[in-house]
Amino acid sequence: MAILKIKGLKKSFGGLMAVAGVDLEVQDGRIQCVIGPNGAGKTTLFNLISGFYSCDEGEILFKGQNITGLPPQKIVRMGMGRSFQVTNIFPKLTVFENIQSTILYSKGKGLNLFSNLKGLEKEKTEDILSMVGLDQKAGEMAGVLPAGDRKRLEFGIVLATKPDLMLLDEPTCGMSRVETTDTIDLIQQIAEKQSLTVLFTEHKMDVVFSISSFITVMNFGAIIAAGETDEIRANEKVQKIYFGEG
Amino acid sequence: MKKGSGAKWLWGAVAGLFLMALPFLLGKGFSEYYLYLATKIMVWALYAMSFNMVLGYGGMMSFGHAAFFGIGAYTCSLLLIKVSCPIALAVAVAPFAAAAAGFIIGYFSVRIKGVFYFATITLAFAQLAYILAFKWRSFTFGDDGIQGIPVPAWISTDETYVNYYFFSLIIILVCIYVLWKIVRSPFGLMLKSLRENPERATFVGMKVENYRLIAFVISAFFSGIAGVLYALLETSIAPDILFWSMSGEVILMGLLGGMNLFFGPALGAAIMVLLNSFITSYTEYWGMTLGITLILIVLFFPKGVGGLTVEKYQAWTQRKGN
Repeated sequence: MAILKIKGLKKSFGGLMAVAGVDLEVQDGRIQCVIGPNGAGKTTLFNLISGFYSCDEGEILFKGQNITGLPPQKIVRMGMGRSFQVTNIFPKLTVFENIQSTILYSKGKGLNLFSNLKGLEKEKTEDILSMVGLDQKAGEMAGVLPAGDRKRLEFGIVLATKPDLMLLDEPTCGMSRVETTDTIDLIQQIAEKQSLTVLFTEHKMDVVFSISSFITVMNFGAIIAAGETDEIRANEKVQKIYFGEG
Repeated sequence: MKKGSGAKWLWGAVAGLFLMALPFLLGKGFSEYYLYLATKIMVWALYAMSFNMVLGYGGMMSFGHAAFFGIGAYTCSLLLIKVSCPIALAVAVAPFAAAAAGFIIGYFSVRIKGVFYFATITLAFAQLAYILAFKWRSFTFGDDGIQGIPVPAWISTDETYVNYYFFSLIIILVCIYVLWKIVRSPFGLMLKSLRENPERATFVGMKVENYRLIAFVISAFFSGIAGVLYALLETSIAPDILFWSMSGEVILMGLLGGMNLFFGPALGAAIMVLLNSFITSYTEYWGMTLGITLILIVLFFPKGVGGLTVEKYQAWTQRKGN
């Protein structure tokens, strides 16, 4: 069953057609990837799906419900979490508070004006921190963490929203080889443990082929190929984009 | 009880005892003026701390908070003067009027993106309130202001400020306790998180505008209480308390004391009231002195006097630990 279904999605900025009639389906429980060169429209597509941008045309169905035009916070509450290409956390809160605040909000406790914050949702927060490997850094200020840890924290925040679908925009962007491998392992573990569906964009082909079960290729805002890993590897159009005419 | 928490309570108890004993300490050889000054500092401290809920915790640069201070002061004074309302009722109703104004102004302001536009719209609303107080002579007494606000003798007498000091001390301590609870509650954490990164807050599902509006209304309510206490202290008010410079002063208090600390703005208020009192007794160039002080603070101590003190203290304890 498709958890996410996109039909004829279009978005242009002035004269530039950033997303040109994209159709896409993401099957429940899958780790699926959208690849493409710089400027292919991957991030714009994510921004449209997550409600950051409104589309010009088309329809987005999430868990069977039409979410086209809904604001991001509503989409998050329906079960779609998102990480960004440039890590997006609360830098001047501690690692613990980053997760705790998200859990409190998700549980509808954000408007509680008088309860003492200390110890609230401690167990759940610690669970998520240990899941993303940050349990030893709970008290540290989030903004001073190394890049890899900041990305882990962002995954933790997304997990704390209790998503069914995680959108990860270039999760290994700017990471060293070691950090990249760790991050990929982490994404796989999380998806498996939490039975999550993951849709991510990526540049690094080794990353893509190592964890994706289904790949969609974009170029100039349109989808040029979609299929299983081996199909995409063998696709001539994809080879041309990534390896030149040769 | 944990060690850190115990130390905080101890400091709180010491500060509380000091404030309770202050009139008796001042009574020996000091004039009533200093008691008036102490009361004024407390009132301004409450105003600055209320404002900090919006700027320091919520990251919203309101440039119109004088409106809530003034609406609190005017509502209480007009109720006492025009309808001879019982003092308890006037004091209780006025902050709600300020909160209602906070809701209206906040409703339109919190939706606006960008610090500059937010500051501008709040300033515009506050100036509107100022013009109303200034021009609507039949209701507000215009630029004459409201003179001779009747205050019962059990609260204040002409001879001494002692009663009023304790009256305002109790109210202010309760207000500070409530503000303290709020900033340490889940709501306080939500506020800090959206100050830090509104985009991420949106993508955890938070309806940012709602949280900002609630913070705005709470802040307006407590600013209204500060306004009430100011009116009863001075027993006269003028439209000046709604003017934009009053909104600017509360920002300066936060800058002076340190906006990242709960008590920072209170420290800033104390410094400003004392500097004003000291400097104006020697020179009429108060504004210039304040300007120079602020330039120095912003250039050399951007975290304010409180922030600097905490930083130095932490460095000292670390050295001691090593």
